[in-house]
Amino acid sequence: MAAGPEGGGVTATLLPHLFGGFGGAFEFILHKQSSNVTGGNKVGGLEKTLELVWTQIYVSALALALAMVIAIPVALYFGHRGKGELIAVGIGNAGRAVPELVVIALVATVIGVGVPTLTIALAVLGIPSILTNTFVGIRQVDRATVDAARGLGMTEFEILRKVELPLSVQGILTGIRGSTVNIVATATIAPLIGVVTVGDYILGESIYGADGVLAGAIVVAILALIFEFALAGLQRRLTSKGLQLQAQ
Amino acid sequence: MRFNNHKPLMALAMLIAALALAVGISACGGGDSSTAKESTEAEESTAPEENAEESEEGEEAGGGEAITSNPENAKVSLTIGSKNFPEQEILGEIYTQALAAAGYKAKSDLSLGSETVALKTLKQGQISGYPEYASTALTSFFGLEPEEVPSDATEAWEKANAEFEKEGLEAFEPTPFASANAVGLLKSTAEKYNLKTISDLEGVSEKLSLYGSPECRQRIDCLAGLEKLYGLKFKEFKPVDISLRYKVLEQGQADLSILFTTDPQLSAESEKFVILEDDKEVFPAGNIIFVTSKKVAEKAGPDYESTILNVQKGLTLEVMQELDARVELEKQTPKEAAAAYLEAAGYVK
Repeated sequence: MAAGPEGGGVTATLLPHLFGGFGGAFEFILHKQSSNVTGGNKVGGLEKTLELVWTQIYVSALALALAMVIAIPVALYFGHRGKGELIAVGIGNAGRAVPELVVIALVATVIGVGVPTLTIALAVLGIPSILTNTFVGIRQVDRATVDAARGLGMTEFEILRKVELPLSVQGILTGIRGSTVNIVATATIAPLIGVVTVGDYILGESIYGADGVLAGAIVVAILALIFEFALAGLQRRLTSKGLQLQAQ
Repeated sequence: MRFNNHKPLMALAMLIAALALAVGISACGGGDSSTAKESTEAEESTAPEENAEESEEGEEAGGGEAITSNPENAKVSLTIGSKNFPEQEILGEIYTQALAAAGYKAKSDLSLGSETVALKTLKQGQISGYPEYASTALTSFFGLEPEEVPSDATEAWEKANAEFEKEGLEAFEPTPFASANAVGLLKSTAEKYNLKTISDLEGVSEKLSLYGSPECRQRIDCLAGLEKLYGLKFKEFKPVDISLRYKVLEQGQADLSILFTTDPQLSAESEKFVILEDDKEVFPAGNIIFVTSKKVAEKAGPDYESTILNVQKGLTLEVMQELDARVELEKQTPKEAAAAYLEAAGYVK
């Protein structure tokens, strides 16, 4: 399985020196490798890896969208009403404690394996962080500001949309960021319910070898970091200038 | 803090919600054990009777003599490993408990992952030995094509052992039972398309979906072999966790599913599930061979090999299916199932 110098030219000779034990994994990501158990079919390689990455992004995006559609309105409503703090935080913490495989097993029993099950299971994982952070974000808006808005004659919906929402953008996006990293990383178990993501490298040790498993882990880690940075950038852009100044 | 007066009520509501969730989960967890013949909480008083019945079966199946403890062995520590599915864990426990009965300081370190991980752990000396299917050893470790694996158990063992010896390892003689992957389906599907062998799938397979473990897709002793050696194309292949292999058939999601010939469901529900004959031998049958390192075997003395060979004598296909059923359907732990086997077959008192 280990790539020899004849494997892939310059990268094969250089990578092991540069990255030590990681060289084989990078080699696996970039070039197809032979495997003992596939009857001559090659595994890994850049094209295959990108295909798996795409699936991982696709199912993660679906799950994140579902989590947001459910969690944000609920949190906005209760946050604005100022009620249900315990429930929001409680669901948040309870949700984090439920093992993902249990959720998957439950959902798979009801609607079978495939993308819908995966989306629901991953969304369940993403909801707590968005729910809790959005709720807390709304609650942290200065009550005097809200009262002032009410004094100006704004309707409750206008208060939510024009005052509370812009001022709690930080909290909402922090929640989304947390969920995203969680969801992207957990989409790794998708091959257990019918969807082939990068997790296939990690679960298929007998086919891909240790290099393949490590390659899968590296790709997922990079993917999670990219999402994290992209959302951090978005968060900075969406935060109003006043809040940014306040933070400094 | 203005919610303080609601707190006890809220806390109560949450507690109820949490309990409901917990009950829901455990209820669903127990859901698929409805097929179990008896619950694990069966009263202990009935257990000896069952065991007595089995012990007769065990003797009929050539069950071995009682294991005697040798004080000499107490200074040898052994760690027995296994791969990560129930049958392997049961075997690992059987060997561990038998070696302990023979006086060794034996402990188990089960569920090590796939065969490559298990072999690596063995080579690194973290485990003393583990059970492996001779067919898997030959295809996965030593590069044989599935059709090159000898169908005779002794021949396969000799071939694997010769290869293991080159690496400072050795394999003990094979178990009576053999296990293989199989293409399984509902009996109604088999009747609808008139399927008896895998070759019969020709011309039909394009309409059928196949489910198997994530690893199955690319393995030559699984989907890759079905495509290459039988020339079959399926409507789709979906990877699923192996614990779902019967559920996807029952739910009608999968037309075909990769099963194991030692699955208890195949005998318990033979009216429901059937397997197709592997007429071109893509799925080589594998008897279990216990793989250990020569160094450990020398240090442990003659009781090591003789205990293992003795205790596996009773492991026929029927017994293995029964043990798998105890763990997979009746939710016993591998440890309990192994202990029941050792007692029932008369190895320990």
